[in-house]
Amino acid sequence: MDKYLTLIVTSLIMGTLARVLMMKVDYRQYPTYPQAYLSHFTLGIIASALGAVALPSIIEKEFVAVTFLALAAQQFRDVRNMERQSLDNIEVTELVPRGTAYIEDIAKAFEARNYIAILTSLISSIGVYFGVHFKFHWITQILLGVIFGTALYLALSNMLKGRAIEDIAHVKAAKITFDGPLLTVAGVPVMNIGLKDSRKIFLESGIAVEIIPKNPYAVTILANIGQRQSIQHNAATQLGIRKDLDEPDFTPIARRNPENGNVVMALITMKSDTDSLVEVVKRSPVLESAKRKPVDAFVTRNRG
Amino acid sequence: MDIGITGNVIAVVTIDKNVVSSSSAPIFYAANEEQRERVALLIAKTTRGMVHDLEIGAYIIVRH
Repeated sequence: MDKYLTLIVTSLIMGTLARVLMMKVDYRQYPTYPQAYLSHFTLGIIASALGAVALPSIIEKEFVAVTFLALAAQQFRDVRNMERQSLDNIEVTELVPRGTAYIEDIAKAFEARNYIAILTSLISSIGVYFGVHFKFHWITQILLGVIFGTALYLALSNMLKGRAIEDIAHVKAAKITFDGPLLTVAGVPVMNIGLKDSRKIFLESGIAVEIIPKNPYAVTILANIGQRQSIQHNAATQLGIRKDLDEPDFTPIARRNPENGNVVMALITMKSDTDSLVEVVKRSPVLESAKRKPVDAFVTRNRG
Repeated sequence: MDIGITGNVIAVVTIDKNVVSSSSAPIFYAANEEQRERVALLIAKTTRGMVHDLEIGAYIIVRH
């Protein structure tokens, strides 16, 4: 055991550190602090432990031990299920739901983060092993492990960094008007508001944005209903929505202009601040499940 | 769990009897526009439905 002490401890710490660095408690309050935080921290330790012992078991010719990695993969799929279920369960308690696509994205991110932990500790252990192999001083061994692990962590987290709406579209403030009972934003009819009082509130304190896609890819991404739902959810949670359960009039709805693919959304917040709304929409994540590349398709490429 | 009828017209509130003949949903006749607003609001609040204007003197309340 002593032989691998440096190797296992270094990679275990590196893997856990990678998981902790990926746990950001921000406005979303997800993972919820402190209980979910602790459970993910613990799962991170388990993941890195699995990564840390993989290499020693191969060196010791204990090949069967590697099958534990398969067990790990199963375990982390369960993490995804767990997150999905828990978010699905609280979905009905949200005034503006996240939508299944957003939930799926969050769940996938949690699974992927555990894989990052396991890979970081595995690569760190390889780094340390290099040091051991070339008979470096033990401090250099640890240093090698840290460098290997950090490089992998940076590369992977950079790869997983999703894009935001501002990368694919221009977002600008839009004007709310009424065409009879039809709430219209930038010329796109959004919904039929029957009550005159509600219309007045929209005209007085409603704020709206228009999202203009930069390219054909962005048009399809913004057409995705899950993507639009996630923008609605983000805007409503961050700006504070002025709505209760029995006031469906004020539900934010992102509607699409079928002519050009622009998406418009009107919202009534506690404090009318159009600039903040534009900023929030710009920072909304582009969902992995909404990504399409229609222009790369065979048909579109060959027929212009 | 949220159980209820959605995507359906829950009620019709109108000031013009001629625009609604029969309906699976209850029809409420209001004396004037003001009363129509009020009745529609009350029904919408009770059923958590949304009021839509048909511009022919009738409002429909729909649960989405």
